[in-house]
Amino acid sequence: MATPASPATVPSRRTFVVATLALAALLGVAPLLGIYPIFVMKALCFALFACAFNLLIGFGGLLSFGHAMFLGTAGYVTAYAAKEWGWPPEAAILIGTAASTALGVVTGALAIRRQGIYFAMITLALAQMLFFFYLQAPFTHGEDGIQQVPRGKLFGFIDLSNTLVMYYTVAVIFLAAFVLIYRIVHSPFGQVLKAIRENEPRAISLGYDADRYKLLAFVLSAGLSGLAGSVKAIVFQLASLTDVHWTMSGEVVLMVLLGGMGTIFGPVVGAFVIVAIESYLTAGIVIGAWRFGPEWAIVITGLIFVVCVLAFRRGIVGELGAWWVRRKG
Amino acid sequence: MTEIFGIPTQALFGQLLIGLINGAFYAMLSLGLAVIFGLLNIINFTHGAQYMMGAFLAWFLLERAGIGYWWALLIAPVVVGVTGIVIERTMLARLYKLDHLYGLLLTFGLALIIQGVFTNAYGSSGQPYRLPQEFTGAYNLGFMFLPKYRAWVIVLSLIVCLSTWFVIERTKLGAYLRAATENPALVQAFGINVPRMITLTYGFGVGLAGLAGVMAAPIYQVSPQMGANLIIVVFAVVVIGGMGSILGAILTGFGLGVVEGLTKVFYPEASNTVIFVIMVIVLLVKPAGLFGRER
Repeated sequence: MATPASPATVPSRRTFVVATLALAALLGVAPLLGIYPIFVMKALCFALFACAFNLLIGFGGLLSFGHAMFLGTAGYVTAYAAKEWGWPPEAAILIGTAASTALGVVTGALAIRRQGIYFAMITLALAQMLFFFYLQAPFTHGEDGIQQVPRGKLFGFIDLSNTLVMYYTVAVIFLAAFVLIYRIVHSPFGQVLKAIRENEPRAISLGYDADRYKLLAFVLSAGLSGLAGSVKAIVFQLASLTDVHWTMSGEVVLMVLLGGMGTIFGPVVGAFVIVAIESYLTAGIVIGAWRFGPEWAIVITGLIFVVCVLAFRRGIVGELGAWWVRRKG
Repeated sequence: MTEIFGIPTQALFGQLLIGLINGAFYAMLSLGLAVIFGLLNIINFTHGAQYMMGAFLAWFLLERAGIGYWWALLIAPVVVGVTGIVIERTMLARLYKLDHLYGLLLTFGLALIIQGVFTNAYGSSGQPYRLPQEFTGAYNLGFMFLPKYRAWVIVLSLIVCLSTWFVIERTKLGAYLRAATENPALVQAFGINVPRMITLTYGFGVGLAGLAGVMAAPIYQVSPQMGANLIIVVFAVVVIGGMGSILGAILTGFGLGVVEGLTKVFYPEASNTVIFVIMVIVLLVKPAGLFGRER
């Protein structure tokens, strides 16, 4: 997918280091500023999910419409391992991530057999198939989901049942994965991926096996989405059907589109904005005589989609980057 | 009671009939998607919402205005088609020069808006649509009872599908359409108004979804979610059939409906997923789809 991203959307190494350190500092002091840690943890899980998705769409040009299957699968496996087998959180997160990675290998190999619009439809259909599987499989407890997942003790001595400890653990996992994604994008592999996005036949004629690169990007994206799902299951002590439903696949597309496809920080911004809107909606937003509750979330999601596609295709971070370049002349 | 493979024939034929009915809707919806995709290069994610709109319009006409099934069969598709034309003119037309995936994202957003507004207005539980008087009762075929309305749905959808095929493959208008699918610039150079053709094609494809919605109203509950899950199955149908061929879309639609019906008899647990499994197999064996060309 040819994103209308300008060169400014990929920051220089110095900008990236400074901005990431600033982000880390902000995350470090956020609980002290009275920002609700549960909110930030939720936003961070979705930010990681969105960054993983962006790896595929923003740098590989592949629009998956079924990414919820990786988030949800990892969530179920982690929750099951932690609750039914009594595994410690680090092992449960690891096996959840591994499960999504394996799922990514299988679904990716199928989906990259077709391109463009078909790729999107195939990933959506595969995710729907898994949704029905999880709906019927006994171990997921259907509509109830796997509840009361124990958070446990990380490495045997870090007690995650303390919310602040959980918070800093999530922040560290997020930052590590975020830096890893930056490294992937800026590695030779990331460059080849971008070449394939821009002109696949030319990349093939240069001797790159496009399908292998696309599959690897898909698997990496699936695995990192899985990591987000696993952490989310531990944080909220719940794995449910919501995370495998197609609306979740749409939501992650929205976060990346709103924040800026193909930008490093865009998905993080997009995720925080969407999670913030949702939590405000839970309380109800009052505009004049109108009150908008959570039942309006789907309409607002749709509206943001339409506005982004029609008028705001570079997203928040993309537009800011373009404005910065224009200003510098 | 007679049995085939240990299954009572009544149950077998009953499920086959349900399969054919579902297949009729798969065929009509995937046909509309294929026609739109051919000319606009857009996968119309709003299709399911427009199908739902058709059903709701029929329900609305009957409950609020006392206008019956036959008029609804005419009015609802036209109204849905006109809203489609407005969408195409005001929004989709701005995206043709961009990557096709933006069309998918836009129509996805529109689907969410429409579905959300209807859910807020009518709740997520379904509304029953009273069967028209002339369709109550059933034909006794000897081996099974065939409800009159279900027979009508199969016949009407076959008529609609085959006339669409006829118009596209055998008339001058259809020839323009096919030519514009291959090379719009050249067709425009011959003095044919291609942008208007694109607009009308979208209106027509969407109108088909609206018509399918009216036909579905007496069978399924009229609910805001009725299109959402259906459209994902129809996407799988489209991947299986490939969008290159009109007849292919019709055949695939009916065929998969029947396969799904049979699965309900022999292995009910898989009836939700069988179409997706078939999609996986087709992707492995013939990635371009049963009737598709690589493009």
